[in-house]
Formats: sequence, C-alpha cells, structure tokens
Amino acid sequence: MQVANRPSSDALNSDGTIKDFAVEPSVVLKSPSLHDLTEVISRPIEAKATLKWYIALAVSASLLMLEMVCWGISFYYGSGMWGNNIPVAWAFPIVNFVFWIGIGHAGTLISAILFLFRQKWRNGIARFAEGMTIFAVMCAGLFPLFHTGRPWLPLYLMPYPNKHAVWVNFLSPLVWDVFAVSTYFTVSLFFWYTGLIPDFATLRDRTLGKDLISKIKKSVYSVLSLGWRFSNRHWRHYERVYLILAGLSTPLVLSVHTIVSFDFAVSGLPGWHTTIFPPYFVAGAIFSGFAMVVTVLVFIRYIFDMQHLITVETLEKMNKIILLTGTIVGYAYGMEFFIAWYSGNLIEQFTFINRAFGPYAWAYWIMISCNVISPQMFWFRKLRRSVPIMFVISIFVNIGMWFERYVITVTSLARDFLPSSWGWYNPTLVDFGLLLGSFGMFFTLTLLFVKFMPVVSIAEIKSVMDEAKPSHHGGDH
Amino acid sequence: MSKKAKNNAMSENKESQKLFALTGLFDTPDEIMHAASAASKKYRKYDVHTPYPVHGMDDAMGLGESPIGWCTLLIGTSCMLMMLGFIAWVSLVDYPLVWAGKPYFSLPGYIPILFEVTVLTGAVSTVLILFFIVSGFPNNNHPLHDTPYMQRTSDDKFGLCLEAADPNFNEADAKGLLEKMGAKNIQPVYYEKAEADAGLSLTHPAFVSFLAFVIVGVSGAAYFGLNRMVFMVPFNYMSVQGRAVAQEKNNIFKDGRSMQKPVAGTVARGLLPYPFKLDDQIKAQAEAGKYLSNPLPRTEAVFELGKTQFDSKCSACHGYYGEGDSRLNGKFPAPPTLHSKKVSEWTDANIYHVITEGQNVMPSYAKQLTRDERWAVVHYIRALQRSLKPKETDLQ
Repeated sequence: MQVANRPSSDALNSDGTIKDFAVEPSVVLKSPSLHDLTEVISRPIEAKATLKWYIALAVSASLLMLEMVCWGISFYYGSGMWGNNIPVAWAFPIVNFVFWIGIGHAGTLISAILFLFRQKWRNGIARFAEGMTIFAVMCAGLFPLFHTGRPWLPLYLMPYPNKHAVWVNFLSPLVWDVFAVSTYFTVSLFFWYTGLIPDFATLRDRTLGKDLISKIKKSVYSVLSLGWRFSNRHWRHYERVYLILAGLSTPLVLSVHTIVSFDFAVSGLPGWHTTIFPPYFVAGAIFSGFAMVVTVLVFIRYIFDMQHLITVETLEKMNKIILLTGTIVGYAYGMEFFIAWYSGNLIEQFTFINRAFGPYAWAYWIMISCNVISPQMFWFRKLRRSVPIMFVISIFVNIGMWFERYVITVTSLARDFLPSSWGWYNPTLVDFGLLLGSFGMFFTLTLLFVKFMPVVSIAEIKSVMDEAKPSHHGGDH
Repeated sequence: MSKKAKNNAMSENKESQKLFALTGLFDTPDEIMHAASAASKKYRKYDVHTPYPVHGMDDAMGLGESPIGWCTLLIGTSCMLMMLGFIAWVSLVDYPLVWAGKPYFSLPGYIPILFEVTVLTGAVSTVLILFFIVSGFPNNNHPLHDTPYMQRTSDDKFGLCLEAADPNFNEADAKGLLEKMGAKNIQPVYYEKAEADAGLSLTHPAFVSFLAFVIVGVSGAAYFGLNRMVFMVPFNYMSVQGRAVAQEKNNIFKDGRSMQKPVAGTVARGLLPYPFKLDDQIKAQAEAGKYLSNPLPRTEAVFELGKTQFDSKCSACHGYYGEGDSRLNGKFPAPPTLHSKKVSEWTDANIYHVITEGQNVMPSYAKQLTRDERWAVVHYIRALQRSLKPKETDLQ
C-alpha cells in the first residue's frame, strides 16, 4: 500500500485500513495531520474497489439500463407510450422533473449558502452534495426534453435565428424554465469543477507509479487539474472566485425552484394558481434534497466505510434542517387549505377537498404522513443521531416529496372546472420504468463519482483544521 | 517522471540546464508567513505554494485584494443589458406579438431571464478568466511539476519558491534566505530542455490546420447528417403520420368514410333555417313580409355586392336592368319585369322570400346566395326600380 517517496501516515494501519480517526472540524475526535487528511480522502480512489461497491454498482447500473431501454422506447415510439393524456397531460415526466430538480437544490444550499454562513460542518459533505446536484439535474433534464415529444430538437427551446422566422416567447414560464435549469446546471458544474481542480492536482502528484495504468491516471489527473500548482498567486484569485460563485449560486438556487413553481403558478388552474408556490416549492426542494443527501450519505458511508469522514454529528445537523424545512412544508399544506377557504372561491375549495378526500386521497395522505409526520421524529436527539432511523425517515421523506409533486400535478389536472372534462390518470409500465431507472442513473453516477473523485474537498478541509491557521493572523476565525 | 529523475541527477548536467528557481519547504503556516514576508522585501518574482489557501498570506506577500470580482460585475451586467436589448428587439421590432394581453415590451416578465443570464455569464466568465487568463492554464509544462517540492506542497508542506528570473536573484543569497527562515529540503529546480524552447502555441500551423479540419468536418457532417436525419424513422413521424383525407376510405368510422355527416339538427354558422316554408306560397310570402325586414344598411359596399350577385345570378333571366329581357333567346320562359306595379309595391321581405324559396318556374337561390347576399340583391333591385322611376328629389 505504501508508495515509495511518500511519508507514512498515522491515520492508516500498515495494510492501508483506517485507524481510529474522524474528520469533523468542530468535533475533532483525534486531530489529524494534513498528510493524514490527504491519505484518508484519497484512499477510496487509490485502493481497490470493494465487493460492496461492485454489488451496488451492478444494481444501480441495471436500473440505469432499464432507464435507457425506456428512453429508447419513448424516443422511437414517442411520448404516446406514457400514460399522459387529456386532461392529465402533465404527469410522471413533470413530476419526476420537479422531484429531481428539488433534490439538486440541497447540494447548492450546502455548497453555497452554508459556505456564505461559514458553516464548517459542511466541508465533509459539500463536494459530495455538489456532485449530487449535478447528477440530479441531469436526471431531471431528460424528462422535459422527452416531454417535448421531439427530443432531437432541443435547440427549438433556445432563442436562435431560424428558418421559421419565429422567436421563443420570453414571457412564458416554460422559457424561463429553460434558462433557469440550464443556468443552474452550468453554474453548478463550474462550481463543482472549480472546487475539484486543486484536488485533482493533489491526486496527480500522488500518482507516482511507473506502470501503464498509473501513467494514464496521471495524464488524466494532469489534464483535469489544468496544471494547478497551489501557488498563492492563484489561490488569492481562486478564493475570491469561490466566494463569488457561492454568492451567485445562492440567489440562483432560490430562483430555479421559484421558476419551476411558476410553471404551475402562472397558469390559471385551481390548485396551481397560488402565490404561495415559490416559497413552498423552495422549502420543499431543500427538504427533499437534504433527505436525499442523508439517504445517499448513509448508503455511501456504508459502501466505502467512510464513518470517519461522514460523521454522525454532520448527519445530525442535516436532520435538523430536514425537521425545519419539513415543518415549513407542513405549514404550507395547511396554508393552502386555509387560503382556499378564505378566498371564498368555490372551485379552489373543491380542489383542495378533492385532494384530501377525492379519488386521489391515498396519494395525499401518503404525502402528509411522509412529509409532515415522519420528520417530527427528529425532535428527539436519540432518533436524530440514529443512523438506521434517519435512513428510513429520509426515504420516507423522498417518497412523500415525490407524492407531493404527484398530488399537485395530477389531482389539479384530473378534476378542474368542468365535471364533463374530468378524467383519470393511468401511468404505463414505461412511466414506472423511467421513474425507477432515473434512480439507477443517479446512483450509478454517484457511485462512479465517489470511486474516482475525491468525495471530500482535500484543500478545503485542510483549511478549516485548527492547525491550518497562522497563529499571529487567525485570531478572528 | 523524467523531471524527477532529472532533478535527482541534476549534478551531472547542471551547466547544460537553465535554473528556474530555488525552493524550500516549511512545516507550519507560521513559518511560511514569516518566510513570505522576508522574501517579499527582497524579490518580486517569487511564489508561495501551500496545500490550501493560507489566510493572511496575501498581506504577507504584499498582494492586494483580488480584483476578479469586477470582471464578474462588468461581464454579468453587460451581458444582462445585451440580453435586454435582444429581447427588446425581438419583442418590438422583429417579432412583435401580443401575449396574454400584455404590452409588446413588458419588463416584469423578462426579469427571470435577465437574472439567469446575468448569473450564467458572470459565473462562467469568472471561472474562465481565473483559470485561462489570470492563472495561465492549462499549463502542465511548468518546471515545478513533478518535482518533490510540488509533491509535498500539494500534500502537507508549505513551499517558498524564489525564481531565478528575478533581477535580484543570486543563488547563494537565495539559499541563505531560505536557510535563515528555517526551510528544509532546499533544492534548485531546472527548466527541462524542451520547455526552455518555445512550446506549441495556439497559432502553430499544425494546430490551426487541425482546427480548420475539425470545423469543416463537423459542420459538414452536421449539415448533411441532419438534412438526412429528418427523413428517417422516427424523426419523420410528424411528416408521414396517418391522416384522414376527405374522399378516402377510412376504417375508423363504421361507414368507412373519412368525411362524416354533421349530427342531425346541426346549424352552420351564419345560416339560420328559413322559417317561412309553407305549401301555400302566397301565404308564406305574406308571412315573410310581415315578420322580416332588410337588415343591411344602404351603403355603397352593399349596393356593390348586390350588383355583383344580381349580374352573375339573376341577370341571365331578369336582364341586367330587371326588365325581363332574358338572354336565353326563348329557350327558357322569360320572367316578368321587376318594374311592374306588383313588384314595386312588394316589401323587401317579399322579394327576399321569392329569392329564397323561388316562385313559379324560378327555383330557390338560397344555395347560390348567402343570406346577406340576398338582402343586398334586394337593395340593388330597389335601386334598379328607382332608376326607371326617379323622383324629383333625386336630382338634387
């Protein structure tokens, strides 16, 4: 395991396994040296993949195959293979789109907003959450692309001079959505990559083997790191850029789900046409995103034995945010009902009574019990710190948040103004395949990411260790 | 790899290699801060390499605040304004359409897009400026790469690098400074031979021709490929989809026809059923006279319409002036003149009824003339009658 020319690390046993060790800037169980940090974070990348990883990858890659097949069917035969029809023309694809975009929001929140608030506990999970953002937006983006019916013509979504001599409607929320989601993806990708560059350079400098695989690895890391040299003349700008990106991403993440909610709120349909939608959607996005981060972190922590990097303290803080946002979402559900009653609008009132007690009541009550009731467990410290319990609750929250989008989309469309135009929605097998398969895509990308890239920012976590600050300068930190 | 070997074996060919810098490693951030302060007093061309950004290092090196935020602001704002101008041009000049009753240019609806464009261009340009302009990347040929110095500074050590290009640089002095500050592993770093010569640049003919080849190839392939693609399954589904053609067989309906009869009792737009259909024509005409009146005003356009329709549909039998001088040369019974006392005394509705329902040998013209056209013809007949019996007031 030990490579020549590399000092040994106290954090590792002679066989490369990790000794008692924890990275938690605020709660350091055993103060690691800078070298220990490099070793521990690089270990999953440099060590051989474990059997657990292969099993997890096999399962998620199979689901990814399922998704590819279903996308193939949708591509060849068209969107008629789905259950979408009048009146429920927006169904699974839009539900899945909003669900995955919401998942992505936790990543930006952790990497940008908590960065601006100088929350040091975020360092252990920020890189991971940023990666999750990108994968979630990739999963999300496919759904509206195929929902257009002709996914090979995405350029029609963009305002470009064309032979049809028409332009997109700049007043349409759907066009705002194109701008918001593509901006969100691009900026998240740049943010993520900017953070990765010094770590790629560290990996590059650690890859010293003379065999062909090491040489290829080294070239790949060299290209990816762009030739980063850890020079302070670069760090000076780099830190400022990171701050700017965090500052830009913060309003961006709020705008994205606001605009996604406009897709609904700007229309005139009862149950959609409400002003509460933007804050309600943003809170819901953070809620579901944090739940997904907890689910995946617990899972990855098990697959890669990362208990020392992703500590219970970090997870507990995540659970507190889940509790907070879950309560906000519960408040929004109540407020929707109140406003429906208070407005005196009969159709609005009918919509909400129909949601809770109509033919889709089962979906509504799954949503309420998963989103409002289950996170309330986190009031108790013991439950908040119990890994199996948080795993189960976070999965509940994911289910509940998927059903929230289902309830909003399907119940409002299935029964709108005229009883003569009411209908029912039946998803097809392709719909279910795409939903299940999108999880396969997400987990496959996540597993590959954790295996081949540093899942914790090496440079950033070093900078928050106590020994990292110069004593005569750092009194204020 | 080669550089590491080179650095190990540097003593042999020292003379043939050009010195890049003298480097030293430090163990703690405190030490490197002192060393950087000391170096900044003597040298301009020196650098500090640390595994993470050390706070306060900018002050120690005498570097100010990074100005890169101004680039973000400038580019983000100007791209936002450009986008606003573009949207204004589209909405006001090139493609002005009324959307949902809003003004052509309605700023509140553009705010989301303007915001996203600002963030996108600001963020992307800042990152590109940082790496490609400020830092001069990609640069994997830098002399410091693959040295033991770089391998330690990317891990846990803090390095000071005094470059030979500095006018004040003197190998002995530099070594003295590093030793005085407590540096370990003081080592010189040399340019690699190939690096000392100029490397490949973006204007190199080979690179330019490669780029031209790629551009021509990709755009050609895209043009021909896409033009073919739209005629292939499944891309052509929209243009070749099944459709119901009016006179063709169609299996969807029971009677096998594409064109279906309207449901019984369907009323076409603008066509109300004529209510005065009785066996007794005289009575029906009188009924119509009682309940109907000409809805059209006497305008020039109405008279024009009436004349056109009269000339094309009525004049063959009634003559251009309604005198009953048929052009059919007796092959068809000529009608009586429209200037008779009887017709002159009829109401407009009586004439309208005759056109609609027919009279004696004259068939119904309801299929040839729409309702409005029939009323216009009535006005025109009135004008013809007046033209043969003008009143004195008409002269005025």
